[in-house]
Amino acid sequence: MTHLRNLMARLEIDERLLGMIFCLAAIWIGFDILSDGRFVTPRNLYNLSLQTTSVAIMAIGMVLVIIIRQIDLSVGSMLGVTAMVVGVVQAFWLPNVLGAGHPMIVVIAVVCGIVLGAALGGLNGLLIGYLGVPSFVVTLGGLLIWRGCAWWVTQGQTVAPLDETFTLLGGGVYGTIGETASWVVGIIAVLAIAIAAHRRRRRRIAYGFPVRPLWAELLTAGSQCALALGFVAVMNAYEMPAVAAQRLAEMEGWEVPAEGLQIFMGIPIPVIILIALALAVSLLLNRTRFGRYVYAMGGNPEAAERAGINTKRMTVLVFTLMGALVGISAIVASARLQSAGNSIGSLDELRVIAAAVIGGCSLAGGAGTIAGAILGAVVIQSLQSGMSLLGYDASLQNIVTGLVLVLAVYVDRLYQQRRPY
Amino acid sequence: MATPLVDMRNISISFGGVRAVDDVSVDLYPGEVVGLLGHNGAGKSTLIKILSGAYEADHGEIFIDGEKAAIRNSRDARDYRIETIYQNLALADNLDACANLFLGREIVNAAGLLDEPAMEAAAREVIGRLNPNFRKYHAPVAALSGGQRQSVAIARAVHFNARILIMDEPTAALGVQETRMVAELIQQLKREGIGIFLISHDLHDVFDLSDRLSVMKNGKLVGTVRTQDVTKDDVLGMIILGKMPGQAAA
Repeated sequence: MTHLRNLMARLEIDERLLGMIFCLAAIWIGFDILSDGRFVTPRNLYNLSLQTTSVAIMAIGMVLVIIIRQIDLSVGSMLGVTAMVVGVVQAFWLPNVLGAGHPMIVVIAVVCGIVLGAALGGLNGLLIGYLGVPSFVVTLGGLLIWRGCAWWVTQGQTVAPLDETFTLLGGGVYGTIGETASWVVGIIAVLAIAIAAHRRRRRRIAYGFPVRPLWAELLTAGSQCALALGFVAVMNAYEMPAVAAQRLAEMEGWEVPAEGLQIFMGIPIPVIILIALALAVSLLLNRTRFGRYVYAMGGNPEAAERAGINTKRMTVLVFTLMGALVGISAIVASARLQSAGNSIGSLDELRVIAAAVIGGCSLAGGAGTIAGAILGAVVIQSLQSGMSLLGYDASLQNIVTGLVLVLAVYVDRLYQQRRPY
Repeated sequence: MATPLVDMRNISISFGGVRAVDDVSVDLYPGEVVGLLGHNGAGKSTLIKILSGAYEADHGEIFIDGEKAAIRNSRDARDYRIETIYQNLALADNLDACANLFLGREIVNAAGLLDEPAMEAAAREVIGRLNPNFRKYHAPVAALSGGQRQSVAIARAVHFNARILIMDEPTAALGVQETRMVAELIQQLKREGIGIFLISHDLHDVFDLSDRLSVMKNGKLVGTVRTQDVTKDDVLGMIILGKMPGQAAA
């Protein structure tokens, strides 16, 4: 055990993250065996990635909220009202102004969603940061208020159909970037990982700091590259269903060869959005003053104040970011469903918080990572899809998800207590 | 005689009719440690908060390097290179030593991103100078011992060119080993010509560290003595009875 610990320390691997990856692997393999090989297939993993996106995007923001010792219970309802407004704007208003199918519709709808989400989040932040109302109360109120507003937008009527270009943002049969572009993304990822690792090492050497052994560096960078390429390979292994391929060929006017069309899906657009957001917010959290202050506020709010950090303003900014991510999530979720109904996003707050907590966010504040929260979202979604694949109904899915949440936090507690430092 | 680094003359401040500090004068020379002693409520913390910019005196003047200084807030104090180390140290426990050292004053590159190697280099330089045994640059400060945490807090002040250091109960919560470590840190700071005010209600914490002791009681200065001229009992008499050694009880 000590050997393993020393090895991990030399590799500078995040033990928690690695533990979660093993748990996820165990869950996947378990479901695959129980379902006679139907779980770990390109088709199922593709769908899993789509189903995870909405919660994972919000979990990114929840990480920051939880790090600064706050909570946001209103994200599901905020998603509801934002999706309804975005739906009404693109399905009822803009077609009358611009004409149906106008290319600007999707742009305006997306901007609307992000701005409205950010505004609602910012309002939460103002109440919490400047008026000093506890976030639990503010967002518990928001949970009720925004769900009520979601109903009011259309008096409960579901908005459909949505703009066709807009629905591509939710994935679906045509909402991917395609096979070639997916490989390009994979290769860019590999190059970025390699360059970043090399630059980091070179700078540490230039300063004369201790560096990790070269094999350790290669091992971590290598496994990151393998993960990126593996993901692309799986997404590219999912073949578009024949009917959809046929329709696509007709629309595009392609010649259909005698042996039939073979089109591979590639990475769904919403997953690309998720990856881009995760990278951007990780950069913000780990490499900027803003991110440093977020962690400092969680670690010791008094010390943050003494260091001259405007913690009230920081609170508003963090909740605004949370809101903007909810807005993006509302876009992705409604686009995937190709409609906006007033119950969209119900109970999402619990999935989002569970994802962040399973992913290593401490509710005491000060700790948490974006990568962990996204993995947490994948774990929750894997449990739910796996169980529905095996034919268990939603009630059992909820029971298991709840148990896993409590178990995850308990295991983390044990781990923290035994941590030697 | 050299110019004092800090010369607080005839300082008074009242809060709602209560004279918290009444016509007190203290001074501090470069490379000197002055212990500021007194019971809770004697006015020592209030006096020192006037120096650190938390309060403004009703009467009296402060001279820094012989020049009259106007210290209205903590930013002014920082401009005069006065830094305060609080008893709880004000460290973010989840961040490492480098992050704490630069908290609120991070080095960023042209793109606005944190320049971690530059900060680590500066942290290694200053912490290494104060405490050559310090190794845990990447561990969260929660994992450090009390003395190591004290090193980080002091390094923060020193790195930003403090010349006047105010330390509030620096060894109150530390064990024997740790206290020795802080004593070494203070010796190191003295060699660098930094003047230090040590505030404590416990004589034993500061007697061996201080060159001079200023004792306060009920908002008034009882007196200032050179540590080498007095015994601990003399000073206890000053704290408890409010009289100078050899003087009859007031």
